[in-house]
Amino acid sequence: MAFTFAAFCYMLTLVLCAALIFFVIWQIIAFDELRTDFKNPIDQSNPTRARERILNIERICNLLRKLVVPEYSIHGLFCLMFMCAGEWVTLGLNIPLLFYHLWRFFHRPADGSEVMYDPVSVMNADILNYCQKESWCKLGFYLLSFFYYLYSMVYALVSF
Amino acid sequence: MSTAGFNSQNGTGQGQAYANGPSQNPVALQQLPGVSYGMTHQPNYSPMQAKAPAPPGPGLYPSGPYQPVPPVSSYQPVPPVSSYQPVPPVSSYQPGPPLTSYPASPGQPLLTRPPMGGLPSHTPPQSASPSPGPRLPPAQATPPPPSVSSSSYYQNPQQPQPMAPSWQYNTAPPPMGPPASMSTPPRGPVANHVNPAVSSTAPPPPSSAVYTSAPPAHVSHSATQPPGPRMPPTSAHGYTQPGTVPPPMNPMAPHTYQPSRAPYGPPPTGPPPTMKATPPPTGPPMGNATPPPPKAVAGLPQPGPPGRHLGHYPSLPPGYQNTSTPHNTTSPMHPAMQAATQPYTQAPQPYQQPPGGPGPAQLSPSLAAMSLQSSTPEALRVVNLLQERNLLPPRPIPAPTPCLPQDLQKINCNPEVFRSTLTSIPQTQSLLNKAKMPLGLLLHPFKDLSQLPVVTSSTIVRCRSCRTYINPFVSFLDQRRWKCNLCYRVNDVPEEFMYNPVSRSYGEPHKRPEVQNATIEFIAPSEYMLRPPQPAVYLFVLDVSHNAVETGYLNVFCQSLLDNINALPGDSRTKVGFITFDSTIHFYNLQEGLSQPQMLIVSDIEDIFLPTPDSLLVNLNECKELVQDLLKSLPTLFEKTMETQSALGSALQAAFKLLSPTGGRMSVFQTQLPNLGVGALQSREDPNQRASAKDIQHLSPATDFYKKLALDCSGQQVAVDLFLLSSQYCDLASLGCISRYSAGSVYYYPSYHHQHNPAQVECFQKDLKRYITRKIGFEAVMRIRCTKGLSIHTFHGNFFVRSTDLLSLPNVNPDAGFAVQMSIEENLDDMQVVSFQAALLYTSSKGERRIRVHTLCLPVVNSLSDIFAGADVQAISGLLACMAVDRSVTASLSDARDAMTNAAIDSLTSYRQSVLTIQQPGLLAPACLRLFPLFILALLKQKSFRTGTSTRLDDRVFAMCQLKYQPLAYAMLMIHPSLYRIDDLTDEGALNISERTIPQPILLQLSVEKLSREAAFLMDAGTVMYLWIGRNCNPNFLSQVLGVPSYASVPDNLFMLPELDTAESQRTRAFIGWLRDQRPFFPSLRVIRDESQWKASFMQNMIEDRTESALSYYEFLLHLQQQISK
Repeated sequence: MAFTFAAFCYMLTLVLCAALIFFVIWQIIAFDELRTDFKNPIDQSNPTRARERILNIERICNLLRKLVVPEYSIHGLFCLMFMCAGEWVTLGLNIPLLFYHLWRFFHRPADGSEVMYDPVSVMNADILNYCQKESWCKLGFYLLSFFYYLYSMVYALVSF
Repeated sequence: MSTAGFNSQNGTGQGQAYANGPSQNPVALQQLPGVSYGMTHQPNYSPMQAKAPAPPGPGLYPSGPYQPVPPVSSYQPVPPVSSYQPVPPVSSYQPGPPLTSYPASPGQPLLTRPPMGGLPSHTPPQSASPSPGPRLPPAQATPPPPSVSSSSYYQNPQQPQPMAPSWQYNTAPPPMGPPASMSTPPRGPVANHVNPAVSSTAPPPPSSAVYTSAPPAHVSHSATQPPGPRMPPTSAHGYTQPGTVPPPMNPMAPHTYQPSRAPYGPPPTGPPPTMKATPPPTGPPMGNATPPPPKAVAGLPQPGPPGRHLGHYPSLPPGYQNTSTPHNTTSPMHPAMQAATQPYTQAPQPYQQPPGGPGPAQLSPSLAAMSLQSSTPEALRVVNLLQERNLLPPRPIPAPTPCLPQDLQKINCNPEVFRSTLTSIPQTQSLLNKAKMPLGLLLHPFKDLSQLPVVTSSTIVRCRSCRTYINPFVSFLDQRRWKCNLCYRVNDVPEEFMYNPVSRSYGEPHKRPEVQNATIEFIAPSEYMLRPPQPAVYLFVLDVSHNAVETGYLNVFCQSLLDNINALPGDSRTKVGFITFDSTIHFYNLQEGLSQPQMLIVSDIEDIFLPTPDSLLVNLNECKELVQDLLKSLPTLFEKTMETQSALGSALQAAFKLLSPTGGRMSVFQTQLPNLGVGALQSREDPNQRASAKDIQHLSPATDFYKKLALDCSGQQVAVDLFLLSSQYCDLASLGCISRYSAGSVYYYPSYHHQHNPAQVECFQKDLKRYITRKIGFEAVMRIRCTKGLSIHTFHGNFFVRSTDLLSLPNVNPDAGFAVQMSIEENLDDMQVVSFQAALLYTSSKGERRIRVHTLCLPVVNSLSDIFAGADVQAISGLLACMAVDRSVTASLSDARDAMTNAAIDSLTSYRQSVLTIQQPGLLAPACLRLFPLFILALLKQKSFRTGTSTRLDDRVFAMCQLKYQPLAYAMLMIHPSLYRIDDLTDEGALNISERTIPQPILLQLSVEKLSREAAFLMDAGTVMYLWIGRNCNPNFLSQVLGVPSYASVPDNLFMLPELDTAESQRTRAFIGWLRDQRPFFPSLRVIRDESQWKASFMQNMIEDRTESALSYYEFLLHLQQQISK
């Protein structure tokens, strides 16, 4: 029974990982909402709906964008803490995602203040598909890592 | 209930109405008591109807509330809706009179359809335009050959590139689908509309005669024999009048694409004489008692639908086809249905004969494709590009014909409107990936059509699950059910659809115009609008800063608007408004009752407000004089202004506020970089980097202000059209967003000046006239559907994507083109054809809600050679250009250039490896792709993508906008201009259009070697034409055409040819005029000599030649070969 820094890291990441899972679930719901338009095509083609719909898309995209930096920084914090704690295996597991995040963040379209999830292009089916897939993969990854952190935390606590 | 008619979309032709007889039999009327026929269509929102004089009633029927409005202008005429009131039904069912009086009706323009005005529908020459921009001497040494980097258009599964997904042909990993099986696919989708139960039907009298004489549904069989000699063709005449009318059902002029086509399809099924042979010879239509298939015989020579139904039912059971013995059998069928089946019992016969064996429709596309390859291997003929020098066809390249059964192809959508990069769709995504060619569609949905069938109906028949509009490629399982060709759901045919207003017969749902025309327009019933259709609202936002006044554009604008103010499309509700701005915003109060326009100045540009919200946008008809006053005084009003700043952002916000309650069109004229208030921009261009071979910066917007505003506009159904008249950098990359996402258009006149640049002034004048008078659709949405299994993933053009298949277009104009990319999500194993449908719902300027539907049908193939055989090289180049524009913005210009080069390399490699069985040396390409490397090279040297040649940033961005926004035919001219020798024009092979002889010189390759000092050449580059005069040019040409005695006296600034009364001059002017007529914008003409300032831009279009900074065509081919054989 030892309350090491590693154990503390795992406890903290456990909490934060839960937050990440919520973020990702929220993203999945958001993409789903983007994808499902009104089912009635007549309604959909109605000019008065246009305003509402466009506002909706903009709102969702804005929220999505606001979540990008927190999510990426939380994940970056994980990696930093694991590095400090010397948990190399865990760090190694997280490194690919860290690099992916860095690439995604810096390789975005160079369009002024836009980060990603540009309302004018997000509705293109391939971008939407890509984003959805990305969210589902991340959800899987975060869920697995959640249990891994739980296990590691307990392991770190009971060892020694 | 339903009326159908054709009208000319250009307004000069008259639309005519078909007053259909009461479409429903009394039984049906009782069954559908709630349907109010002909009176429910937008009864309240069509204020014109009160003013409109009733057209001559077609025949007997009382005219309904929808009277065609007299065409106000060259704008579209009001649909030929004259619906009739079916009550009391009996009175209108008079058998005799309709037949006789109908053709004689004076208002029936069918027989004398005027030639359609407006744009002639000729295929424009396929070549393209570079730009007039001056060129600085290139400072670059010869660049290395384009390197083949890892950037490819094709997704590398190991290296997903999520940030540029639009670039990839497939977003998902290729499906694991096995190679398509070679087993013969079922022949299901080929439409067989014949009800086998009908086969015992005796040839009843012609449908119309029957129907009009025997209206009740369930009359006894004796009623099928109409009394007395019938006039069978009369009713058919009402619609088609085959001999005298251009193919009425076919909205496209036939010579645009039907003839002169490499015969991919099965051999033509025989000339008209053979057709006549089999059925009893049908005499002259009138008064012949023999039930003839009049449409069939007479309509055959025309590719239009009159002949179409011949081939449409070729797969009849044999016994059915032979029922030509005219005797009355006792059939349990509805008499009207018997009547209905009659025409096609005979019609198919002729088509059955010539091929011997299965009719063309029975030939599955893949089989047809195979047979076609053995017989006509033209598309797949192997061409060694390194050896064959003269690849350019003498005439502009026509679009390839999809390898479809002839009857389907005949009614297929016009390739100018709807066209696919691959006319044969691969069965699986893996096959598509192997072919390494982009799959996509290019659309020109709102094109001015000379003939367009318009249908009014209280119910628009659509698939119940996918909401597809009924189209010619659905299959009728029987008389009462049809199967959707997109989702394969079986739907019921509504009762109302059973009646054919065209032939005025019952029980022929497959002969309705909806099922006979791949392009059709519906007038939407009221359920398609939940708010009143918006009026036509035009707001002009004018820059009046010092810079703007200097250019002198205000005079031209005001004069053009004054001249054309009556031609502005609209109705009695049309509203106009004006805003001018410099560092402040000026509104104009034009309220009725004022003696002169009142200017209201708002100087608080940070928090913009409308001074008098009600009177800024005024009804044009009521306040026309005030508007004219204002237009006359505007140019002088700001003559002395010294204000140099421009608060464009605030002006746009004000305009948006003004327009947002109604929606409409905002036309913004801007002459300098906005530098005040919101949306202010800084100059980002470094003139020293213009010729840089390195990456071009600043292709993406500097601020998202304009994009956000455009989205707001889109939400309020406001479109912003931008006219940029500037001699300096204006940051079009940022400003253009305002038009791009609000579905507007961008016009750019670099170095516009009223004195120094008369060519631009003329161009601006002509463009403005077209802009003001052209057709417009408001609050539009466009949805593109495709057969299950295909999915659309990326759109190109100006719009906002509102959901994955819905484009929001606040305005739609006839000059807008769109492109989409597709992927194959599910294998199309058991399909022979797939269909694509683009439906554009819009409010016309007359306040009608209309739906224009285009349907394209393409065969599915399962071999790579078939895919290559069906490749449409122009469409592929056009789509690649769109993709390259996206790539340059999201990644970099060099990335886009590499990707284009790789596209050529990949597809030719794939051809070499997978299709060619014999490996020969050289650079081999199928004949249909022989121009692909040339077009790719042309794109690399195009203003958008060139490097090393000095190109101003705005010019480049504008060229990019053009590539994405122009319809393919015009974009191709801008990519690959046409070069003609015109000093020896002859009448040999000339076209003859409306008594003008248009010489047709052959296309020359874009190479200096084709030029000669003794001749004169015309280069048609889309937006500009160059007339190059050789130093030793034939003096005859100089004197007869240019009116100058010698080469030395050719003036430097010659922008138009003198109107000389000589044969040479007439020929030359006719040819240039004909080229100009083919496009909506006005290409200015520049006569250049060797020392002319435009010589550089002329020479830059010599694509096949080597320049200091780019490869020659031959070097490029060698480079490709080197990469391919790696």
